[in-house]
Order: sequence, then C-alpha cells, then structure tokens
Amino acid sequence: MALDQNQVRDIAELARLQIDETQLDDYQKNLSNILDLVDQLAAADTANVEPLAHPLDAVQRLRADQVSESNQREHFQQIAPATSEGYYLVPRVVE
Amino acid sequence: MYNKTIADIARDLNAGEYSSVELTQSLLDRVEQLDSTYNSFITVTKEQALAQAKAADERRAAGNAELWTGIPIAHKDIFCTNGVLTSCGSKMLSNFVAPYDATVIDKFNQAGAVSLGKLNMDEFAMGSSNESSFYGAVANPWNTDCVPGGSSGGSAAAVAARLVPGATATDTGGSIRQPAAFCGLTGLKPTYGRISRWGMVAFASSLDQAGSMTRSAEDAALMLQVMAGFDAKDSTCVDQPVPDYSATLEQDLTGLTIGLPKEYFRDDLSADMQQQVRNAIAEYEKLGAKVKEISLPNTHLAIPAYYIVAPAECSANLSRMDGVRFGYRCDDPQDINDLYKRSRGEGFGNEVKRRIMVGAYALSAGFYDAYYKKAQQVRRLIKNDFVEAFKEVDIIMSPTTPSPAFKRGEKTSDPVAMYLEDIFTIALNLAGLPGMSIPCGQVNNLPVGLQLIGNYFDEARLLNAAHKFQQATDWHQQAPADIA
Repeated sequence: MALDQNQVRDIAELARLQIDETQLDDYQKNLSNILDLVDQLAAADTANVEPLAHPLDAVQRLRADQVSESNQREHFQQIAPATSEGYYLVPRVVE
Repeated sequence: MYNKTIADIARDLNAGEYSSVELTQSLLDRVEQLDSTYNSFITVTKEQALAQAKAADERRAAGNAELWTGIPIAHKDIFCTNGVLTSCGSKMLSNFVAPYDATVIDKFNQAGAVSLGKLNMDEFAMGSSNESSFYGAVANPWNTDCVPGGSSGGSAAAVAARLVPGATATDTGGSIRQPAAFCGLTGLKPTYGRISRWGMVAFASSLDQAGSMTRSAEDAALMLQVMAGFDAKDSTCVDQPVPDYSATLEQDLTGLTIGLPKEYFRDDLSADMQQQVRNAIAEYEKLGAKVKEISLPNTHLAIPAYYIVAPAECSANLSRMDGVRFGYRCDDPQDINDLYKRSRGEGFGNEVKRRIMVGAYALSAGFYDAYYKKAQQVRRLIKNDFVEAFKEVDIIMSPTTPSPAFKRGEKTSDPVAMYLEDIFTIALNLAGLPGMSIPCGQVNNLPVGLQLIGNYFDEARLLNAAHKFQQATDWHQQAPADIA
C-alpha cells in the first residue's frame, strides 16, 4: 500500500517523531515498501483462527497486592534530564 | 589463552594453569590492541573486570570456587548493568547509566563470572547487519569488509575475534542465529520465556529472548545453565524446571529423526549453500539420525507477520523514550510536544523511526483488525505448522541464512532487502521455539550456519545434537585467518 507524504507526516505526528522534511521522500518510499511486504497477510485464510499473543498461550500471573519494593526515587532521578524537588521537569504544559 | 573455550578455562582455572586476573588482563589487552578494527565493544569495564577477577581468584584460593568463578565474558549492550552505560546502540540511551542489573547480569555476577564490558549491536536490536548502531558498524573478523550480522553483531565479532570466549546476546527475529552463522559461531536462542527478560531493553516483548554466542555447544550449555530459570519479575517468564544441560550432551543420536522443511530448501538458495547444509545433514546420518522431508506451509507468511507484530510492539515499548525521565533530551524544547518530537526525532536513528512508524500506523484506529489481529492469527498458523511437524520429527534443520556474510553498505538503502535476510530464522520467534546456529561449512572463505530447531523447552536435545556434530567435525574450531 502506497502512503502519500501527508500520511507520513500524520504517522510521524502520531508517533511523536520529528522527521526532517528533506527525508520525507525516503520515509514515504521505504514505509510504502514495508506496507507492500506486510500486505501479503491479506491473502492468508484466517477465518476462525484465534490470535496468538503469547507463544505458549500463557495467561497473566497474578500476585498478592502487597508492597514489595522500597521507594528509590532519588536513585532513579539521578539519570533524569531535569528534576526539581522530586519531580521531573518539562516545559510548561498548563498556562 | 585467547583460543580457550569456556569449558577449557573452567578446567585451567581449577588446575591453576593461570589465574582469572592473568586471563582477564590478557583479554583486556587484546581488546585494546584489536578492537579498533572490529568495533565490537561499546564500553570496556576494565577496572570492574579486574576487581571481579581478583575476587574470583581469592574465592578460589579459599576453596570456594564454582564452575563459573573467574570466567570472563561480555554482555550485549541491551542488558541493564548497574552503574554502567547501557546504550542499546542508540543515541537515545547514550547517557543512560542503568540504575539496576538485568536478571541475566545478576545471574552471571552471582555465578562469579567476570564481565569485560558491553558489546555493540544494531540500534535497539533492530537490524541484521550491525550497521544501525549509533556507535558505528561492526566488522566481521572473517572479512572486515563484511558485516558480522545483527543485531548481536558485537557479541558475534568479539567471540569470533577471540576477545572473549562467550557473550550474551538477544534474538527477536534471528539476532543471535544470523550473526552466529556469519561469524562461524554457536548461537543459541532458547524457548520464549526460558530466560528472564527483566532488565533487557524491550524491542518486541512477545518475541524477544536472551541467549548466548559461544565457540561450542558445550559452552552454550554452560551459559544456558546460568541464564535459564523462572523470574517473578518477568511476567512472561515460564515456570519450568531447568535440566542439567551438560549432562545430556553426549547422548547417542541413533534414531533421532531430523525434519527438513522443503520451504527452507528453495530453488533460489545457492548451490554452494545447499551443498554445505546437505553435507552437514549427511554427517548426522552417519551419526545414526534419520532424515525426513516435512512441510511448513505457512513459511511465506512469517516475514509479513513479523513486520507487523515487531513494529507494533516496538512502537508501544519505545514510547517510554520520551526525553522526560531518562535518556536523551533535545536542547531548548519550546513546549512538551516539541520536547517529545525532537528528543525522539534526534535520539532515534532511521531504522528505529521507520519501525515505530509502521507500528503506530498498524495500531492506529481502523487498521488494528487488518494488521495486528491478522498478524497474530497468522502467527498461530505458523505455530501450528511446527506443532504438526514435531509430531513426526524430533528436530528440524535448515540453513540459518540464505547466504554467507554480505558486504557493509550492500543492503542499507533497502530495508525490505535487509528484512529478507531473516527469512529462515523469523518463524521460530513467532512460534516461540528454541533454535541454534552452528558452523557447518564455508563458502568463499566465509562461514555457513546450520540451523537446528527444537520443540518447546527442548534445548537439551538441540545442545546434544550440536555437540555430537562438533565432536565429529571441526567447523566450530575454524578461526578467521587473521586470528589463528
């Protein structure tokens, strides 16, 4: 399936990826080729076939709802780009 | 010392032939001298390695040594290592000093192994040539103009160049087996869920599996013994007993039934490749195995299904790389959306961005049924092919790759051509089955890999079959010309 450049821009926006305008052609071509490859799936007869999510069809294990870990906020925030008073700093979201 | 296998080293350390510090220092020197050619290491943890080696020697002197005490290895840079850069081959994580150890790392540390450092890889394990790494391409020690394969290209190059006797690796669509084939190594990808994924940077969670890169099946058994087992911290890890993998290596192969899937021996596979693999099968017949042609009729759907499932899961997993809590953040973001978009746009390379976009598209409103659900249904068809086949055969064999290692730059401009590299390896990941690649010949002075596919949790049988082949042949002992 061929994508047009506006679709490529929309997908990039959806995925929160800045794409250089000069690279749009490349992305358009390569993504279209990849979608052509996966479009072969359409020909497969999958009527009444149960989708396979886990190769061993395992189900989610549950555990008791008990505290098992200690708070390591300071340890983990050491590698954050910007923090203040235990919070992660980002540009202002609410005016 | 550098030609020793893990099993050799375990014996030598016990016999006092050399100390762990001596061995570790000599391998570190070797990395320093040679790795500018291969670029297999991203980080060398020299001081930590020597400290671990010294502690191992002390433990041995006190009479408390175990099998792995003091044995040096290295880890793919996808495993989180506490206090050490864990880049996953990406600019996005080029400043990520992991705040904890992955379960696999923890297990090797507990076993007493020495880690020399972290190994190069395709960015976020997405690639089949190790050319997508932010830290540069890796050279194949057999021919430095060729790729080592990927994504575990650094693991393969380091073990092939005799910089380390073994390395950890991961396999989502062939990322252990294909580089093992290209570099003349023994690569093992266990059953999905056999080894904990905790602390292993996630690419496609329903396909990713840790494994090993070694120079013998005997060593692969030793590495799997350390890594395998249940871990409550990984909700997809399977609670199954772990057998003694070394104990069954020597079992006789008489009566073993080998299945050869006709779809894997296609007419377009070169005569040279066919011949090497057929020779290996003939060797198995000499060892008492029986051969039977089988069919895996949905093979042609494996790559299309994979290129929906893997990108869809990667687009979800990599959404955590947002420039907020860890990793790369762009300079001077104007607002939160600009922060997300530029941090991700600048932090990810082209192949990663392509896969995220394919995944985002496949999962977007209105397309889910046509793509993701359809791919998961096809996935069951592929699994069912194998389930049927294993009713008739004990093990399946095929080439690991369609050709030996290709030249750097040959496929970088065409992602789809690169994807087709994994044509023989990818179905296993979709089905969750264990697989190995072992060296079985050479074409144009480059190694050729034989793929062994086992039933679920049948790693012991794979290792047994690989070991018996390696006792009867010496392909696994061949080294690149510059090395031997």
